[in-house]
Amino acid sequence: MATPLPLRVFEAEARVYRRTWRGSVVSGFLNPILYLAAMGVGLGSLVDQNLPGGVEGVSYLTFLAPGLLVATAMQTGAGEGAWKVMAGIKWQKTYQAKLATPIGVPSLVAGHMLWSGARVLMVSVIFAVIMSAFRVAPLLQSLLAVGPALLVGLAMVAATTAFTARLDEPTGLPLFFRFVVIPMFLFSGAFFPITQLPGWLQPIALATPMFHGVELSRAIVVGAEPAVTWWVSVMYLSAWIAIGTALAVSPFRKRLTP
Amino acid sequence: MTALIHATGLTKRFGEFTAVDDIDFSVEQGESFGFLGPNGAGKTSTMRMIGAVSSITDGTLSVLGLNPMEQGSQLRSRLGVVPQEDNLDQELTVYDNLMMYGRYFDLSRAVIRERIDELLEFVQLTEKRMSKVDALSGGMKRRLTIARGLINEPDLLILDEPTTGLDPQARHVLWDRLYRLKQQGVTLIITTHYMDEAEQLCDRLVVMDKAKIVAEGSPRSLIEEYAPREVVEVRFPAGVLDDVTDRIEDLAPRTEILADRALLYTDDAESTIASIAASGLDPETILARRSSLEDVFLRLTGRSLVE
Repeated sequence: MATPLPLRVFEAEARVYRRTWRGSVVSGFLNPILYLAAMGVGLGSLVDQNLPGGVEGVSYLTFLAPGLLVATAMQTGAGEGAWKVMAGIKWQKTYQAKLATPIGVPSLVAGHMLWSGARVLMVSVIFAVIMSAFRVAPLLQSLLAVGPALLVGLAMVAATTAFTARLDEPTGLPLFFRFVVIPMFLFSGAFFPITQLPGWLQPIALATPMFHGVELSRAIVVGAEPAVTWWVSVMYLSAWIAIGTALAVSPFRKRLTP
Repeated sequence: MTALIHATGLTKRFGEFTAVDDIDFSVEQGESFGFLGPNGAGKTSTMRMIGAVSSITDGTLSVLGLNPMEQGSQLRSRLGVVPQEDNLDQELTVYDNLMMYGRYFDLSRAVIRERIDELLEFVQLTEKRMSKVDALSGGMKRRLTIARGLINEPDLLILDEPTTGLDPQARHVLWDRLYRLKQQGVTLIITTHYMDEAEQLCDRLVVMDKAKIVAEGSPRSLIEEYAPREVVEVRFPAGVLDDVTDRIEDLAPRTEILADRALLYTDDAESTIASIAASGLDPETILARRSSLEDVFLRLTGRSLVE
């Protein structure tokens, strides 16, 4: 039986990744350790001293960890949708090479989504393992929290891919990270509840995909009731993935197979 | 003979701009067919339509009996493509590039491994098997791209400007390899703006200019049809040429005055050179040569091919 075309794209991406996997796994372990140690344990001890009731009823480390898991997935997703897509379309033109084979644009985009999802999954699973090593939650519970992280990661891959594929020049990408990704990372409820934000900013935080993932993942780890009904958040994130992917196909077509 | 490619009224427009304007051609099985023309003539756009990576605005096109618009994936699985710009994966090895590409065609790893050995031998890159593509010279990269295009044993190999940007030695190595492919019976489609390349490699070619086909035939028949047998090229010191234009034009049935030299088309170069001497003109150099496709192109378009 013929291998489905998106899986062929997936395999090729995995082959490219094989060259750099060591460095990527090392930083996959190192980043969560550094963040959880500095923010969760270090800064967290100060927070806990001043808030005897904890943040939303738990220690700062426990509050932070599931949020940071989702924030990391979000950032990974944005990275996969940005530099790799720019390289494929413009810098190395490897997408053109793929499209001269039986692979067509929809399969190319689908394979890219699959592979990027795998990358988000790898980073998130490593994070979950570290999180349980920090005794935030048992391993199984930590691994369950990867689910929402994966949804957020894929939502970001889709949206970022759709955005990058429309850029003529890569100069838009640093701006995108500075004004969209980093603010989302910091202000979507991972580090502090969004109720601490000025009132006019709260709806913006609420609209980000990351916020919904943070709430779901925290609900799984801490057992708290999420701010939005869980299935609404799941639907919302799925819509980001579906619409983002659909929006990525047309600029791919326009630029690669005019 | 069966037509492998058949185009009628083929047209490609990008918005207001017409890249390919109502062209007809057909390519037979086992033929080596060229598209000759300057940059922007519509060659690449035509290639991309044949390769099923660009939509057809108007007209009909059949490639290997398939419709590129509707059976693109099926068609591409039987094509080999060597694009104008190298798009190899720079960070992977020669071997990995070929393995990765073969997998797009869903070939088994064992089959690909066998073909990699044969193809690297064929393009003389066996020693570079485990080198990163980044470290290869331009000529080697182009040869690797050709090997990549052959990994699926295509029925048709499409080469877009295969030797542009290569030094003369690398070009000859490449021509030699392409010539062998041709002898093995692989159908080749080649675009080029080099006359010598077209003469070396193409059984038949079309000359394109401004989105149209302006002539068609074998290199020899085009030369016979559009240019007298011989050309005498005369060069003059800067500034002198303008003053003697009228006198040169009297010396041969057809002449072309270029920026730095004049071309005199003749059936008998010797007597033309004698009449130049007799006329009292004193050119810096006089060169007699056989007519080439360059002269055909000049005749057809009034412009030289490589500016």
